[in-house]
Amino acid sequence: MALRKDVRVDAAPAVAFRHATLADREDLLGRIMLTPALVYVIVLVGLPFALAILLSFSAASAGSLALSWVGVENFATIIRDSQFQRAVLNTVFFTVTSQILVTVMAVAAANVLDAAFAGKRAMRFLILLPWAAPVSLASMAWTWIFDSTFSVINWTLKVFGLLEGWLYWFGDPALAMIAIISVHVWRTFPFATVIVLAGMAAIPQDINEAALIDGASFWRKLFQVNLPLLLPIVTVSVLFGVVFTSTDLSIVWLLTRGGPYNSTHVLSSLAFQRGIMGADLGQGAAIALFLLPVLVIVATVMLRMARRAEVGV
Amino acid sequence: MGYVETRNLHKHFGEVEAVNGVNLSVEEGELVVLLGPSGCGKTTLMRMIAGLEKPTSGEIYIAGERVDEDVPPRARGVAMVFQSYALYPHKMAGDNIAFPLEAVGMARLAIREAVARAAGMFGITHLLRRFPLQLSGGERQRVALARAVVRSPKVFLFDEPLSNLDAKLRATARFELKQFQREIGTTTIYVTHDQVEAMGLGDRIAVMNKGQVHQIGTPQDVYDDPADTFVATFIGSPPMNLIEHDAGTLVGFRPENFLPRQIFGAQDDVVTYRFRVRRVEYLGSDRFLYGVLEERQRSDQTVIADLPVTITTPIAEGEAYEFAVPCRAQRQFDARTGKTGKRKTDGAA
Amino acid sequence: MRGRRLVRAVKRVGLYTAASLFTIFAVFPFYWMFLTSFKQNRDLYVGATNLRHIPWIFNEPPTLEHVQLLFAGTPYLIWLKNTAFIGALVVLITLVIAAPAGYSLARLTGRWGERLGIGIFLTYLVPPTLLFLPFSRVINVLGLPNTPWALVLVYPTFTIPFCTWLMMGFFRSIPRDIEEQAMIDGYSRLAVIGKVVLPLAVSGLLTVTIFAFTLVMQEFVYALTFISSVDKMTVSLGVPVALVRGDVFYWGSLMAACLITSVPIAVVYNLFIDRFIAGLTSGAVKG
Repeated sequence: MALRKDVRVDAAPAVAFRHATLADREDLLGRIMLTPALVYVIVLVGLPFALAILLSFSAASAGSLALSWVGVENFATIIRDSQFQRAVLNTVFFTVTSQILVTVMAVAAANVLDAAFAGKRAMRFLILLPWAAPVSLASMAWTWIFDSTFSVINWTLKVFGLLEGWLYWFGDPALAMIAIISVHVWRTFPFATVIVLAGMAAIPQDINEAALIDGASFWRKLFQVNLPLLLPIVTVSVLFGVVFTSTDLSIVWLLTRGGPYNSTHVLSSLAFQRGIMGADLGQGAAIALFLLPVLVIVATVMLRMARRAEVGV
Repeated sequence: MGYVETRNLHKHFGEVEAVNGVNLSVEEGELVVLLGPSGCGKTTLMRMIAGLEKPTSGEIYIAGERVDEDVPPRARGVAMVFQSYALYPHKMAGDNIAFPLEAVGMARLAIREAVARAAGMFGITHLLRRFPLQLSGGERQRVALARAVVRSPKVFLFDEPLSNLDAKLRATARFELKQFQREIGTTTIYVTHDQVEAMGLGDRIAVMNKGQVHQIGTPQDVYDDPADTFVATFIGSPPMNLIEHDAGTLVGFRPENFLPRQIFGAQDDVVTYRFRVRRVEYLGSDRFLYGVLEERQRSDQTVIADLPVTITTPIAEGEAYEFAVPCRAQRQFDARTGKTGKRKTDGAA
Repeated sequence: MRGRRLVRAVKRVGLYTAASLFTIFAVFPFYWMFLTSFKQNRDLYVGATNLRHIPWIFNEPPTLEHVQLLFAGTPYLIWLKNTAFIGALVVLITLVIAAPAGYSLARLTGRWGERLGIGIFLTYLVPPTLLFLPFSRVINVLGLPNTPWALVLVYPTFTIPFCTWLMMGFFRSIPRDIEEQAMIDGYSRLAVIGKVVLPLAVSGLLTVTIFAFTLVMQEFVYALTFISSVDKMTVSLGVPVALVRGDVFYWGSLMAACLITSVPIAVVYNLFIDRFIAGLTSGAVKG
């Protein structure tokens, strides 16, 4: 630092506002900047949410603006409704089955993507396509793939001699459910894969190396080292998955409209059918509200995990 | 009143009392080092002076003006150099230096001149059109210093600005920093945990621990006359030996004052101990002897002697020798409070 | 030695097999879109019972007639325009509201801000299924049904919470030192945001823009609920709902629309997915 003695720095002009102004007041600024978001969320999520509860206790129709209080009548009606009972079972089955499949596939795919091989980046890019494509358009592609006359799946099974008769994918309740679950798994496993992959990247490399030096076999390493370490991130992925799956409307609606014979309705598609198509907002809202416990549970678990992470800093 | 002054300053983060009643007075043109282990509150204290942290209670004055209540950092007339140098990554070095001047609305031409002068001072004129990422650690430090100087602040605040430099560079940077501060004569507060840096730089050193200033004085004061056992053991490497004298009193002496008896003349005023040497460390210019004092009750307490290479007395591990400390080099501390009996320094009230 | 080499070779084969299976599963519907888009009708509409006709390849020369029909004979371009219009407005609203909120939560509101941030994020989990019924009522009351404004109003309910959360993460990743340095260098907090924080957050703002836009392009449920006129639909609603004449699907044009819309979105989305995931998981698990 060759300091030169002959140079002097002149005094700078004085600061314009010596005292704290609004632009300095962090507490006020913080509130002002946060308020629009809070207002938006409260007015357009909080209030509609409350309105959903209100609607479920009223006989509201899309046409009229009046809300007439009917108490628990909507709930009493739908609970006795066999379509509703079917929809509850379908929702549970749809959610549980697809989440198991998604999780297994995601952990497997993440392990593949974690290894080093040629074409890894390309695989990652391609595997993510289903999640990135708009759900309604992807569902149309699948509708076409499952088409009763032109199904390429049937053709392929036939050619390999795996199919005796004919599969009418959307004509049979069991096949329709299989189709719905397949499309949903196809669409969400990439998302879960990326989450798990992110979690794997966070596992310190030396743990893996220590396990290798200990001479742990692949399976022991998987079950005693990798999976326990992956558990938190897999939980996050399952939590998101449960929310996205149990409340998903698009796939069922686009593939089957709840058919055949209303056998594949889930809660959300039934709520749409009754509430929007049937214009019985009250009953639709009551049906949708049965999803609330799932959301409350997921939110609670997430909050607990967030708190633990906060303490663990 | 000092140029920078804090009065009974407190800062609590929840349960933690980061700064706990600090009265600090820095004279105009002086360089005061805040020294202490990490977590002692030195950085928090500096950040409160800068205005980045609001005190829980207490007062802060800069150049006679009370600043803690209503003067935001931008108006306090302080310049700060962070440990990271905090250069704006999206601005070139020259624009980094110009940034404080743009804040006060200086004319563009005047800014250009001021930047050129500040850059000239630190020999970085050729770097002005580079982005921070393209600069080395030492160059970044100079840019940060030029940016601090450019608007002629009332006070410089340095937060461990040398700790990111490698050891070789650090010694010369320290020397240059001291030169620069002397020449420009700006009041400076400097935070570090490195006592060598503190000793080398500070006109005075404020030794802090657990949110309090234990002692403030010249480097010689805090080294020779530590105010309490914390300062005694924190300053100096190896630290001051502390041994129990009698109930309620500790005696302290520096390892370099603890030498073989025969070094001293017969009529010298010394205290003699029988020192059993357990281990000898050769460090080139010094020999460190680790051992125990035999006639002491707590004979397991390790005492260290630091013999310069000029003392060639043969010492063998396991043997006992007559060692002595000059009486004037002995310090007494209250065993309960840790405070020294006679205290020469002032400064911290 | 030979045993170990064999094991390694088997592992390698297994790895590539698994990678191929996953990739084929993911990509095959897109391949099918592609085939359908460019096949001639007599190549396309051959019943799957005819095992001699292989549907996996072009048996006749490819044709552009479906694509031409899509652009000239359907409202596809109008839907694209509607989507761009709604998307642009939603992005604007999202940026204006979410960026300040994200900064506030990252730097200005301390611990209760952190809780509030998690609260805002959780509203992202409140699904359309719970909200489309009350919304349909609100939209009716406001006189907005079957207008793009209904979607412009409703879409930010999911883009704002998520983008606020993302922006919070981006702002946190800017070193605090730099902002504090600027405050000492003579700037108010507000000026620091304008002169230092925003220039450093450009990539974050870009990410948020991309996400808000792709979320709008992907949304289906609200569009289905609020929009009934064909000429007011977005792409993701119009293609599945309105590319039908009576009961007849024009599969060629339909798949062309799917392909042309999906692939650009998917490519862009792919480029930003890692930031998206980081934002999504950062609250629950600190990497």
